[in-house]
Amino acid sequence: MRFVRKTSYDHDIRLFRHQGQMFWFGLLLAAVLALPLAIDGFYLGELSLVFIYGIAGIGLMLLVGYTGLVSLGHAAFLAIGAYTHAWLLGQGVPFLPSMLAATVLSALIGGLVGIPALRMTGIYLAVATLAFAIIVEQILVHWVSVTGGFRGMAVELPSIAGYDLVNAVPFYYLCLAILVICLLLALNLLRSPTGRAMRAIRDSEISAESVGIHLAYTKTLAFAISAGFTGLAGSLLAHRIGYLAPDSFTLITSIQLLIMVVVGGLGSLHGVIFGAIFIGFLPQAIALGRDTLPASIAQIPGLEPGIFGLILVLFLIYEPLGIYGRWVKVRSYFEQFPLYRKATHRRQKSYLRTERMR
Amino acid sequence: MEVLQLLISGTSQGCVYGLIALGFVLIYKATEMVNFAQGDMMMLGAFFAFTYVNILELNFYVAVLATIATMAMLGAVLERVVLRSMIGEPPFSVLMLTIGLGFIIRAVAGAVWGNQPRSLPTPYAGGVFKPGGLIIGYENIVIIIGTALLCLCLYLFFRFSRLGIAMQAASQNQLAAFYVGIPVKRIYGVVWALSATISAVAGILVAPVSLVDPQMGFIGIKAFAAAIVGGFGSLPGAIVGGLLIGIVEQFAGLYLPTGFSDVTAYVILLLMLLLRPEGIFATMQRKKV
Repeated sequence: MRFVRKTSYDHDIRLFRHQGQMFWFGLLLAAVLALPLAIDGFYLGELSLVFIYGIAGIGLMLLVGYTGLVSLGHAAFLAIGAYTHAWLLGQGVPFLPSMLAATVLSALIGGLVGIPALRMTGIYLAVATLAFAIIVEQILVHWVSVTGGFRGMAVELPSIAGYDLVNAVPFYYLCLAILVICLLLALNLLRSPTGRAMRAIRDSEISAESVGIHLAYTKTLAFAISAGFTGLAGSLLAHRIGYLAPDSFTLITSIQLLIMVVVGGLGSLHGVIFGAIFIGFLPQAIALGRDTLPASIAQIPGLEPGIFGLILVLFLIYEPLGIYGRWVKVRSYFEQFPLYRKATHRRQKSYLRTERMR
Repeated sequence: MEVLQLLISGTSQGCVYGLIALGFVLIYKATEMVNFAQGDMMMLGAFFAFTYVNILELNFYVAVLATIATMAMLGAVLERVVLRSMIGEPPFSVLMLTIGLGFIIRAVAGAVWGNQPRSLPTPYAGGVFKPGGLIIGYENIVIIIGTALLCLCLYLFFRFSRLGIAMQAASQNQLAAFYVGIPVKRIYGVVWALSATISAVAGILVAPVSLVDPQMGFIGIKAFAAAIVGGFGSLPGAIVGGLLIGIVEQFAGLYLPTGFSDVTAYVILLLMLLLRPEGIFATMQRKKV
């Protein structure tokens, strides 16, 4: 087990806790950069999708995992980002400014949604975001002049300054670059006063308020930042799908995003990546499994959401901290090898007392 | 006359929302859990009724009783197997868990009964009642009367029976209820069974109006909106919220351009959350330190 000796306050907020971490993350980055040499276009495309989910997941994680506000409507921000980007590209706006505009617009709308959200907590907020998402979905269907309605709209091919990004490899690098930038942004945000304020709100609103954290401001900001990340992911997703239609951004999509952060592990950025890999590759795994299973089981309609649901339920019951939580347990088992005690990671249960009057 | 007609069809639609909302509220009131799979349980209820009537060819009223018994058992088993271990976990985990359950139930229903819509034959289907120019289907009358009866039963149950009062106690303070000798866990099982029963009734009532298919559970989201509009945790609120949404939806369908009637439920919900977040029948108070 490694002990980090801290000799100044700066050590507390370093991006990497020690040299070893820097080495392993460097190795990971090198491996991901070299990957296009090893695997073919199809899997690169799937990996780009994982990266896009990762970007959206960072946004949702900041909101759900770090600020403790649940959103059942993040597909709406994904949609806003995707449609804004596609529409602006159609109007002849260059790639990067259009992507930036999509991000900013999503963030603004996220902030607007966040303002009424201040008066609500828990389940009320979740349902309000759900209502918002359904309304956005209907707007996509009925605002035909911009979104093409049910017929959908085609997305222009991506290119930056005349350099084509259509092929799998350049698009892979584009997604990777944006994911890394987003991760760094999120890490920096989380070690700033704002990020700490967000976590304080998650742990207890009352104590956060009483140490002088501006609840309204911080929550709205968290909403806006979260929506911004998700909108950015949406603009990349537009290129990944190639053709936008309202049925890519339904309630199921929102729930899938939420499943991603829950299964990955709430309250950690590692969890986002684990969750994105899970969400991105599970459909592939199911498709592979379909070939080997007997036809009577494999042909069940709605098998895929069913398996998603089953895995979600199993995780919530047996490992509520998600894949990352399991990873932490395995690691600490080996770090403290003969001395590991199971009770170290025991969950704390709290018995409820209602806030209702009758 | 047109207004009256819309009012009646809105009321019957609203009763369906209200019934599902009752299931939500009941579980929330007693266990402080939010069961997002309520709509899917309604779907299961409708499918069981369909099986009993169409495949086993039971008498309709026997089939209704059988459906209610099956669903009550299923609710209790679900609580014992899945939700018992979630006591004491944060509400968000339970919400996600029930969302997952909803997915599983839909997949299972799709596997067992197939995805094509079915219809449930009832002895009262097709009949029409015509008081002075109005046209009211018997299905709608049955929905309205059934809802009213169920509400009355529930009211009496919570007001007068020992079990109902024990449920209220368990919901107000788990630990204290346990200390005074209320078997909290068993109460939770009963609550889930009761809520599954209500959803079974809702499923049977709604089946003749809309068809039975695995996706019909999505109506639960509107019912959820109804529960919140009425003030989550209030039984009369659930019905009032359901009626409000059902009626406004009918009028929006006629007088506003297409697409609006689909979102009216959510617009009402958002307005309500903005103007009076605690709902029509407030049951919440601000948290004190």
